[in-house]
Amino acid sequence: MQAVKSFFDTFLLTELLKGMKLTGKHLFEAKYTLEYPEEKAPQSPRFRGLHALRRYPNGEERCIACKLCEAVCPALAITIESEQRDDGTRRTTRYDIDLFKCIYCGFCEESCPVDSIVETRIHEYHFEQRGEQIIRKPELLAMGEKYEAQLAEDRMADAPYR
Amino acid sequence: MIEKVIFYVFAGILLAAALLVITARNPVHSALSLVLVFFTSAALWLMAEAEFLGIALILVYVGAVMVLFLFVVMMLDINIAVMREGFSRYLPLGALVAVIMVLQMLLVIGAAGVDLSGFAEATNPALSETNNIRMLGNVLYTVYVYPFELAAMVLLLAIIAAIMLTLRRRGGTRHQDINKQVRTTKAERLRMVRMASEQKNEQ
Amino acid sequence: MSELIELAWIVAKIVALVVPLFVAVAYMTYAERKVISAMQLRRGPNRVGWHGLLQPIADALKLLMKEVVLPSNANRFLFVLAPMLAIMPALAAWAVLPLGEGIVIADINAGLLYVLAMTSMGVYGIILAGWASNSKYALLGAMRAGAQVVSYEIAMGFALVGVLMAAGSLNMSEIVHAQAGPIWNWFWLPLLPLFVVYWISGVAETNRLPFDVAEGESEIVAGFHVEYSGMAFAIFFLAEYANMILISGLAAVMFLGGWYSPFHGLPVLGPMFDWVPGIIWFCLKICLFLFLYIWFRATFPRYRYDQIMRLGWKVLIPVTVVWLIVVSGMVLTEFGPWF
Repeated sequence: MQAVKSFFDTFLLTELLKGMKLTGKHLFEAKYTLEYPEEKAPQSPRFRGLHALRRYPNGEERCIACKLCEAVCPALAITIESEQRDDGTRRTTRYDIDLFKCIYCGFCEESCPVDSIVETRIHEYHFEQRGEQIIRKPELLAMGEKYEAQLAEDRMADAPYR
Repeated sequence: MIEKVIFYVFAGILLAAALLVITARNPVHSALSLVLVFFTSAALWLMAEAEFLGIALILVYVGAVMVLFLFVVMMLDINIAVMREGFSRYLPLGALVAVIMVLQMLLVIGAAGVDLSGFAEATNPALSETNNIRMLGNVLYTVYVYPFELAAMVLLLAIIAAIMLTLRRRGGTRHQDINKQVRTTKAERLRMVRMASEQKNEQ
Repeated sequence: MSELIELAWIVAKIVALVVPLFVAVAYMTYAERKVISAMQLRRGPNRVGWHGLLQPIADALKLLMKEVVLPSNANRFLFVLAPMLAIMPALAAWAVLPLGEGIVIADINAGLLYVLAMTSMGVYGIILAGWASNSKYALLGAMRAGAQVVSYEIAMGFALVGVLMAAGSLNMSEIVHAQAGPIWNWFWLPLLPLFVVYWISGVAETNRLPFDVAEGESEIVAGFHVEYSGMAFAIFFLAEYANMILISGLAAVMFLGGWYSPFHGLPVLGPMFDWVPGIIWFCLKICLFLFLYIWFRATFPRYRYDQIMRLGWKVLIPVTVVWLIVVSGMVLTEFGPWF
């Protein structure tokens, strides 16, 4: 009986027709496509995009050049050089991130004791010249200033879970 | 007028390609020239209104036989220099065979047949009116039915013989039986197991 | 002089057929992308032009402007010749296909044989492309494609033999005339197994999914046309799609009554649709088969190579041979309205 059934199933192509019925049904269903530049998918507050260096509300930069981020970075993308400032505090003189090496794992942000290096929600950027992929301290600080409101809000939202 | 021009163009291509078959250094080029020879001769047959023969030539020789030829030639790693070594040694023998073949063909066709002037009009006008495939079929299955069946048997025999010569059953190989795979059912592949911990939970 | 005019008339007819064919190929790629994306719950190309309608033109322009790369160890002559050999038979076979009552370039007696001869030539383009590229993936793909095309040609030829037995003629127009009548008078009904076999081997002949092991991306990159780029690649692409349309056209002529309307000769519905020209019905039938091609591609996973060979030789050919005997029985007894 089983043999007869499987014989007819094979020769009447029932399984193929079942598959075609499924795809045929999908043809008329609502589509999930997002029209990208006009529509965008919602982002999590934990989104890890382009990097930024933050400042305290009084304008002092947060980074104390502890080099924890440099040490934890699995892709060796961060390069830091530091110096003692006139007021006796230790500050960075150089803070470079090679975005070609960076894998956007977020370890630098996790390791930072002063919440200085953070990753913003920006993921649409490009480089036009060779060498532009290495972003330096002034650019990072500028990024932090520009997106401070958003960054602070995201950190607040995530704070209860840390 | 145009028919004659076309005929001479095709004939020229045919001869050039035939020459290329034996002179080309690369065996793949030779095989392809042979394809061109078959194709142009099929075109010439079409001009003589032997459409069945012409198309059958393309179908059988160009479409099947030469493809297998090409397969074999492409797979061979032929050293062209070695192949060309014996050329001068075998030249007299080859020339002799060629001359004998030309003489035989001349004898068969006869002097009148060599005259190409009437080529395009050579076919019987009464014949071209009817379907020459139908006529061929009629003749093949009535007058020549025994030779036809005999030829078919010989071909069948050749197929079976070739398969028998190359078919070797070797024991102990591990290969899939697709029919068995397709026919398999859930019962053959799946075994439900009751685990000890599962039974404890149920109590 | 009159001969020259006749020649010019033939050339004009060929152009009138080939230009719409190329446009159809371009929009076939668009339709394919749209339908497949719809089946995968996506929207497909919609950026270039209204609903992406200019996408094929943008693609063609891109391919035209790209460089044709000649691999350094390739056989130059054959490498350039191969795409031409691929597209030639795909276009040449259209000569005998009747698009409507009397609309055909060459109404020859051996039409069906001619089509078979032309489709059997298509394998040269593939084999030569693979060999001339001097690349192992290309050669493997060419060998697979060659073996596949040659074996499925047999099943396809047998299926068409059934049609010519039923119609009693090799002339394409006469095959259509033999199917005059409403939808149940066409040959798909008495020759249903042959129709299915023809269609499966037609899909295999054109190396389309689920039989596209010849280009199996995951195994041999892209098969015989790995090394081709720019216009040379575009010609292979064109040949593949032209072949798909040809196979669909043949299916329409052989099994779906060519230019006849599905209501032809019916009391009320027949006259209602009499004003639709036959060529429209023919095109609709072609579209039906092309849609099936796309539907298959969106549905089925790729066959394994040995399974393809098994299907061709051990399933399709025996099925056709058995049904040929049944068809001869039906012809002898003049069974139904068909014979």
